[in-house]
Amino acid sequence: MRLKLLGALGMAVFLAACSDDTNKGATTGTGAAAQSTGVTPGSEADLVANVGDRVFFELNKNNLSSEAQATLDRQAAWLAKYPQVTVQLAGNCDDRGTEEYNIALGERRANAARDYLVAKGVAASRITTISYGKDRPTATGDSEESWAQNRNSITSVR
Amino acid sequence: MRPSDLSPISDAQAALLATHLGRRALLGAGGMAAGVMAMPLSALAQAAPGGAGDAEITVDQARTAPIPIVIPVLGGDAGQQVSSVISGDLGNCGLFTPIDAALPVGVPDFGTYKSLGARALVSGTATTGAGGLRVEFRLWDVLTGQQIQGTAYTAGAGDARKIAHIIADVIYERLLGEKGYFNSRIAYIARSGPRAHQTTRLAIMDQDGANSHYLSGGQWLTLTPRFSPVSEQLAFMSYANNRPRVYVLSLATGRQQLLGDFDGISFAPRFAPDGRTVVMSVTRGGGSDIYTVDLASRAKRQLTSSGAIDTSPCFSPDGSQIVFNSDRGGSPQLYIMSAGGGGAKRISYGNGTYGSPVWSPRGDLIAFTRIANGSFSLGVMAPDGTGERILTQGFTVDTPTFCPNGRVLAFCRQTAAGAGGAGFSSSIGTIDITGFHERSIPAVGMSSDPAWSPLNG
Repeated sequence: MRLKLLGALGMAVFLAACSDDTNKGATTGTGAAAQSTGVTPGSEADLVANVGDRVFFELNKNNLSSEAQATLDRQAAWLAKYPQVTVQLAGNCDDRGTEEYNIALGERRANAARDYLVAKGVAASRITTISYGKDRPTATGDSEESWAQNRNSITSVR
Repeated sequence: MRPSDLSPISDAQAALLATHLGRRALLGAGGMAAGVMAMPLSALAQAAPGGAGDAEITVDQARTAPIPIVIPVLGGDAGQQVSSVISGDLGNCGLFTPIDAALPVGVPDFGTYKSLGARALVSGTATTGAGGLRVEFRLWDVLTGQQIQGTAYTAGAGDARKIAHIIADVIYERLLGEKGYFNSRIAYIARSGPRAHQTTRLAIMDQDGANSHYLSGGQWLTLTPRFSPVSEQLAFMSYANNRPRVYVLSLATGRQQLLGDFDGISFAPRFAPDGRTVVMSVTRGGGSDIYTVDLASRAKRQLTSSGAIDTSPCFSPDGSQIVFNSDRGGSPQLYIMSAGGGGAKRISYGNGTYGSPVWSPRGDLIAFTRIANGSFSLGVMAPDGTGERILTQGFTVDTPTFCPNGRVLAFCRQTAAGAGGAGFSSSIGTIDITGFHERSIPAVGMSSDPAWSPLNG
């Protein structure tokens, strides 16, 4: 249910929830928008605007949905195009788990995204992972919509 | 120690540490008994010989009928402060009802105090002079008219609060027959800034919220401080240099060292009861394994390898077993295994998921966090999983930690945030293990991750 909601309304909900956010992640997108111009090819901004920097997970899960796989497919292709780029995958959780368990769960999510990219041909040496547990929420309200956004793995250029 | 074991500390952080450690040393608040001397006071001329009045009231009785105790403002220039700290400790623990009344001169007129409904009475003086602080303290049984305790404490001029906590512990022990816990501290994480990216600092305070100060700068995300049961050391997790790992900080020297050499994220540290090893978890693939690391040799030993998430390990007080959190069965639950690993047995079977287990220093209870229907509860159960009781609930209640005598839990309580993080709060609460007497510690600003120290020396 939560993922369906995100699928149907994802962009609208996401953009609305992010409008009052100040952190870096809040200005990023899923890359589903039209090709942006004016960003440096192979840069973080390029990844965010034209590829999609993050994938989302269900509650207590690390399965990659078809949407998540599509985003990671685009990331793999983009990484193939810019072989000098290395990335960090940061796993995050909603705040409905304990602090310590969520550190491991965030890492499990980042690891799932990493394994997928590696299976798609990205060299493992180009990818590092980290987990912030529930301590770096993208969406700062407590609601089903916010929690769905906060269960993610975010790819950033190192 | 190899140089690589030292985590980088900025000049500003070093200055901060030096300031606080220097202050601690000056105050003699470093937990060492050094600096406080206790001598028996001679009996007052007309008082019956002491020794009578040993604990006749149990903690369980005092929970339902708190002990009325007269705590007058003691004589001397520091009397007000000492009395106020003693009253705060005894009143806040829920087992005593402090009564304010006139300080007796010489042998008390017990009839007066009896008419106030008092069971016990404190008298004495607290005076600062050239030699420092001298506190003369007497505890009286109002019903029998006998002196239960008479002690003179001498210490540095800045030790008034510390001596007051020691006296409150003596009163607790003499009237209830169990050691108190007031002369202790709580390490915690101080939080500030926007919800999406909070600044976190290692911090420490007395158990009543006084003397709070930072132990680290806020440059990196820092979580889960844990006290050594035997030495002035904290284990904690820091994201220093974007590598989340477990460190050990010496409170005496301010020296901070990386603990263990792992590829994955190391987190969820806890000291063994003998203080010689730290048990923690380390991520590997989609899960995390439990390890111990020996503090002296740095030798590591892997205790689990389930492939699932095994985390939040905590030793039993006798060191023979470890309770931990694992989703090896499909959802996060509590398990117990032998201290060497192996023989894991699930103990949590209620509705929802479980985490953050911590073993009582008394050995008879495990406190935990339970999450069901999107809401958190804090509870206790016997180590075999029976007798589960929920003590309190909330949007988020997590990271329980026992006070030294096991009678009270501190924990973190967080409220739900509205749009943009408005309404979010994070504070440290305490609650009796029977679920009575919940209150919050007035820590400085937002706080989380409490870790109760052992009794200060």
